[in-house]
Amino acid sequence: MAQQNFLAEVMAASGQPINLCYQCRKCTLGCPMAEEFDFPPNMVMRMVQLGMKDELLRSKAIWMCVSCETCGTRCPNGIKTAPVMDVLREACLREGVTPADPVTVDFHRSFTDSIRKFGRVHEATMLLSYKLKTKNFTGDLDVGLKLFLRGKIPLLPKKAKNLNKIKDIFKKSDL
Amino acid sequence: MKYSYYPGCTSHSTAIEYIEASLAVLQALGIELQELPDWSCCGAASAHNLSSTLALGLSAFNIAEAEKLGADLVIPCAGCFNNLARADYALRHDEQKRRELEELLGFTYSGKVAMLSVVDLIADPRWREQIKALVKKPLQGLKVVCYYGCAVVRPAEITGVDDVENPRRLDELMIALGAEVIDWSCKVDCCGGDLGLTHPDKATVLVNGIVDYAVAAGADCLVTSCALCQANVDIRQQRLPIMYFTELMAEAFQVGDRARWWKKHFNDPAGLF
Repeated sequence: MAQQNFLAEVMAASGQPINLCYQCRKCTLGCPMAEEFDFPPNMVMRMVQLGMKDELLRSKAIWMCVSCETCGTRCPNGIKTAPVMDVLREACLREGVTPADPVTVDFHRSFTDSIRKFGRVHEATMLLSYKLKTKNFTGDLDVGLKLFLRGKIPLLPKKAKNLNKIKDIFKKSDL
Repeated sequence: MKYSYYPGCTSHSTAIEYIEASLAVLQALGIELQELPDWSCCGAASAHNLSSTLALGLSAFNIAEAEKLGADLVIPCAGCFNNLARADYALRHDEQKRRELEELLGFTYSGKVAMLSVVDLIADPRWREQIKALVKKPLQGLKVVCYYGCAVVRPAEITGVDDVENPRRLDELMIALGAEVIDWSCKVDCCGGDLGLTHPDKATVLVNGIVDYAVAAGADCLVTSCALCQANVDIRQQRLPIMYFTELMAEAFQVGDRARWWKKHFNDPAGLF
């Protein structure tokens, strides 16, 4: 019963007919990141069908997916994998499961924190927050410096006007 | 002709040259833009990774602003275009989501404002003759491959792309400028997106796979309309200049501060012209 509930929940939240997946593997063949997944996209679909919630929420696959949507474009059954991945990522965070790829979550949190604060992204402070979270201070330092020298990392943030509405959106998102 | 305009966060950071080139080209075509009275980040790739409510809410914030002006919205950044078009699709097709977003943002969705990328706007055949007439310096002899990436292509029902596996609108624009467009295999491949920041080693592998094909095809440069593709592919290889399509249009039209834009690239394109 639990496994049927999980399938129904993910289908409802993603709007995707996951029950139709018959393992043709077109999704996995076109996936640029499949080599980095612990479970390739076709297996993720099967695991949702089988109700393997814990394994999925603890998987690296859900965080290594870059939402390029090649899989969904080619699926003969009209299943879009990317929104399914979004649902699984959201469930992972909501249920307090430790994400298998914390760096990715750190990045997205730093990025959205910047939006919460300014209504827009301010690269300099966003990247600093990300570096502080990951404690990786030397990675791509040369790239950052070159971008700065090309005038591509402004020092001062530009803000949206209606920051209260931005805060409302974050509140509604439980973030 | 008047449109409303959403600049997006990269307009004052990583994609300054794209925005300046796009504005110069649209001005040359006599297309008038009015910036939205207020705008927020669209959420990029980060919002939807954490919360679908956040992703839709942030993009819909900007659609609500566009509704105030009532003119079709031009969105140069491919990622922003994808997010806003996605929110517009939800507002149009999902009544429950529309009601939630209208309540959250305090607006009424009319559905009268279309979401347009710059490619949507000027690759339309009705602009073709005018574009050809504006070419002062044809890009004769310049061999280009057009790289569309993900955000202006997928999903097709949201982007309105002409062909999801073999789009041609950028190719046709480049042909109108006199460039030699080479057919190749990686038009709609992914550059790695945010992996450039989270797992740069993996983005480097994807980027170099794409550039291998571009070089093998004999390209002098790669042409894109996506700020994230441009950044990833330009930063993580030293073999090819990576050009925004509007930069090449501006070069052919001989408009805008091109010498300054070239200096913002990692692989200097000055030698191409």
